[in-house]
Amino acid sequence: MSRRSRKRAARFDPLHIGWPLWIVSGSAILFLIAPVLLLIPMSLGSAEIIEFPPSKIGFDQYRKFFNHPAWQSAVLNSLQVSAMTAVFSTFLGVLASLGLVWGRFKSKGLINAFIVSPMIVPLIVMALAFYISLAKFGLLGTKLGLVLAYTPLTLPFTVLPISATLRGFDRSLEHAARILGANRFQTFTKVTFPIIRPGVLTGAIFAFMIAFDEVVIALFICGSTAVTLPKKMWDVIRYEIEPMLPAISTLLFLLATLILVLVGFLQQRLARRMTAG
Amino acid sequence: MLVVPALLALFVLFVYPISSVLLRSFFSPDFTLAHYLYFFKTPLYSRVLWITFQISILSTLSALIVGYPIAYVLRRARPGIRNFFLLAITLSFMISLLVRNYSWIIVLQRSGVINTLFTTFGLIDTPFKLLHNKFGVMVGMTHIFVPYIVFPIYSVMMGIDLNLEKAAQNLGATRWQTFWRVSFPLSLPGIGAGALLVFIMALGFFITPALLGGRKEQMLSNLIQIQIVDLLNWPFASAMSVILLIATLIVFSIYNRYLGVERLWGGVKT
Repeated sequence: MSRRSRKRAARFDPLHIGWPLWIVSGSAILFLIAPVLLLIPMSLGSAEIIEFPPSKIGFDQYRKFFNHPAWQSAVLNSLQVSAMTAVFSTFLGVLASLGLVWGRFKSKGLINAFIVSPMIVPLIVMALAFYISLAKFGLLGTKLGLVLAYTPLTLPFTVLPISATLRGFDRSLEHAARILGANRFQTFTKVTFPIIRPGVLTGAIFAFMIAFDEVVIALFICGSTAVTLPKKMWDVIRYEIEPMLPAISTLLFLLATLILVLVGFLQQRLARRMTAG
Repeated sequence: MLVVPALLALFVLFVYPISSVLLRSFFSPDFTLAHYLYFFKTPLYSRVLWITFQISILSTLSALIVGYPIAYVLRRARPGIRNFFLLAITLSFMISLLVRNYSWIIVLQRSGVINTLFTTFGLIDTPFKLLHNKFGVMVGMTHIFVPYIVFPIYSVMMGIDLNLEKAAQNLGATRWQTFWRVSFPLSLPGIGAGALLVFIMALGFFITPALLGGRKEQMLSNLIQIQIVDLLNWPFASAMSVILLIATLIVFSIYNRYLGVERLWGGVKT
């Protein structure tokens, strides 16, 4: 080995990041986050039009949003639909995960694939499918119709974290509970469920978020009687100039941040439980 | 048999609705292929099919170009910076799709942030046209797809032994050669997984072309919506949906063949 190449080899550090790469990756991160952050100062403008930079600063848009009956009912509808979807989808998800992880039967892979399959069907196809079938049962424009449509859509996202948690669960704890005299039901409610609860909650949060943000199916199912927040936002973005929108977007941004913190917290708790158990 | 309730729900709420679309496209009320023939015979629809593929390919590529450097830096950065980057990506990923697209309207529109900045500094006289054209759609879709690209590439990169790069360097390779002959080929599985996932999502994309695109950037999804809502032509909308679904399934079967469906589950095997 020549002296020069030895010198180069000694200097080489695979973890080294050159300044051009810092600029490229830094701008990529900026590209991801800057436009949304920009909405926060914009939300404080009080004018009737959306200006950049805002000329008058205040919380008028927020006040208007919280006092507006149409927006209030949209938020309420969205909360109800998403909560019901989360409950329904999590219930099915817990049962399915228990069966899939602990059950002994063939064609597990097939059932797994079946449960994930709604993920790859384009949303517009699902929307048309529900539009046609819910119309037959007179469920268009109802919250129940929306919940029914969101259940298959969110099921993969509840089954995923719940079954991942179950796989890390030490079943000898259950045997111990049974030996100590607990029946099957008690074992589940007193031992198994408390331990897997963070995974179940994570799944429920995912389902809630997906339902809370869904717009394509909502466009077809909501009608004028069960308008959700995304559907209302869609109409406003498309057809009018609404100075409240940056404020609403900022609130949704804060919600996403809150959820992120919550999920992070749950993951941490889960990790602690798994190592302690 | 705890799986049964979920399976029942899926049959009633997924299989049944999708099959009613399938039936609609073939029977009205007698068996007919007229809607499919009409789709493939009318130049407008062949063009839209082509535009759909074109936008999907381009947005996948641009998401790769933006996402790859992020993943590369994530693998190598110190924990502080890595956590900051991960936080930014995850946050962007969690924010409502509508909000993310809307923020680009604010930035790109005629009197938007970019045009305001450029005109106040006297750099341009007439505002750029950045919205309701292909540029707007590409920006909006890239923005949404980048996290889906970063995570699979990053997870593949985490499994690469960096000593291989040291070895390449020892054997006389330059930094550039080390990247193209060692690091890049090793990260290809991540690129494939991310790109196919994004391409599948892009094919059926609806929100961004509708909000940020012009008349020329409307994809198959948007035409289906027009057929249902404005023209009330359900059978033809069903036929278009089946065509879109088949296109998606073809791409997915490639994904499944080379990467396995388990990857959609985050690599967890059952």
